[in-house]
Amino acid sequence: MMFWESRDLALNVDPARRYLPWLLAMIVFLAGIALAGMMSLSGAVERWDKGLAGTLTVQIPAPAKGTADRTIGAVIKALKSAPGVTAARALSEQEIAVLLEPWLGSGNFARDLPLPRLIDVQVRTGAAPDVEGLSTLVKSAAPGAVIDDHRKSLDRLIALARAGETVALAIVILVVLAAIATVVFITRTGLAIHASGIELLHLIGATDSYVAQQFQGQALELAFKGGIIGFGLAAAMIFLIGSAAGALASGLLPDLSLTAGQWGILVLVPVAVAIIGMVTARITVLRALKDLP
Amino acid sequence: MVRFQNVGMRYGLGPEVLRDVSFHLAPGSFHFLSGASGAGKSSLLKLIYLAYRPSRGLVTLFDADVATLPRAALPAIRRRIGVVFQDFRLLDHLNVLDNVALPLRVAGTKRAEIRDHARELLGWVGLDDCMDALPPTLSGGQKQRVAIARAVITRPQILLADEPTGNVDDSIALRLLRLFEELNRLGTTVLIATHNQNLIRSADHPRLHLSEGELTGPFDDSETPPAPRWAAPESPA
Repeated sequence: MMFWESRDLALNVDPARRYLPWLLAMIVFLAGIALAGMMSLSGAVERWDKGLAGTLTVQIPAPAKGTADRTIGAVIKALKSAPGVTAARALSEQEIAVLLEPWLGSGNFARDLPLPRLIDVQVRTGAAPDVEGLSTLVKSAAPGAVIDDHRKSLDRLIALARAGETVALAIVILVVLAAIATVVFITRTGLAIHASGIELLHLIGATDSYVAQQFQGQALELAFKGGIIGFGLAAAMIFLIGSAAGALASGLLPDLSLTAGQWGILVLVPVAVAIIGMVTARITVLRALKDLP
Repeated sequence: MVRFQNVGMRYGLGPEVLRDVSFHLAPGSFHFLSGASGAGKSSLLKLIYLAYRPSRGLVTLFDADVATLPRAALPAIRRRIGVVFQDFRLLDHLNVLDNVALPLRVAGTKRAEIRDHARELLGWVGLDDCMDALPPTLSGGQKQRVAIARAVITRPQILLADEPTGNVDDSIALRLLRLFEELNRLGTTVLIATHNQNLIRSADHPRLHLSEGELTGPFDDSETPPAPRWAAPESPA
């Protein structure tokens, strides 16, 4: 496969250029993994935020046997009377058991353990719920009950996720810089190896752009080859990590899978690296040729 | 066509290799440039084909002062000048046909046109049977002819040749000279740098003579250029 027609310089036999696809494959692999991590974290944070918006959880510490239903009923009644609350529903023991399954395993432990009871509260979205007012109301119906708007834990998770995104973005920027440095180095090596051929082209009337096309065409081809290899490896790795995470830690980890749109963005990575390689090679050659008369 | 006025040239901070060189090549003229090795013949040619700029003085090509021309204008001027380099400068990975076609490719000529023209020219220099050969497999004389074909394929207005017969015997040298003369008859201004006295004597063309970077002449064929300063004067017979 050749993207460029002109082959006035024997660039394809340069030893350094043979390694360019492999170096860029590694770079695309790293960029792909970092970008996928960044996008899946962003997606997870967005899902958490959306999923928890407009919800509160009331936790009633293990009510005494026989009084549980009455206490829960009183709390739900109090909640429903509060302005802004659209629904309140107590989670059954089975639902609580399912929530605890990743930690305690499956079994009929709910009967033996003094588990707190949970009430899922839906509030009107668009306005921040009056957590303090609701808390007073709930405590009047069930002393010791606590209300959790998930904001604290969510904020911590979002901060962690944002830190992860920043690291991933830094990795993407670094690998792009590494790609540029690699292409610059290999292009300069090519300029040195083919100095006499370049001088000949220059003396018979080749413009700087004509000479640059020789390098940029090959850089585009090699970078694209490397990009495809790197993307293939990254895609396989993302798939393996996704499968392993899904199988090993169902429920413990958020869903880190990528959407079709995010895969589309990943596909653009080798294309972007190929274009970066081509432009870098062109600029490097044009700058070097300025020294010729 | 080509005019030098008090031109001096030095490489870097070294001594001047050309000093106060002044001459004029009229359109359609044919000149030899003679002189001993190291006299500055190649340097003078380099100034004409714009490989270097003069350290001082005025070089005018096609009525334009090259010192004032923007760099972007130089490729177009270089395309009007054909050069036969002393060391041929063939690209070893390209076959003979592609080497000859190189200036046309650089000039953006259509592919079909390039091929036909290059074949025709290779026939003209007697190399139509080795179009697909790579330069390392050619003899010195064959390489020389490939280099000449490449230099003239664009029908340049000026043809410069640096020791074009340095690698061939006298009969082939004479044949090459006839090629240059044929081009000259078609209107090309020709300047051949050589120290081959037989070649110079075999044709009736004026001669510029360089000695230690200084130009003397032009002389016609019957004249003898002055002896270099370091040479002992000839004793009377």
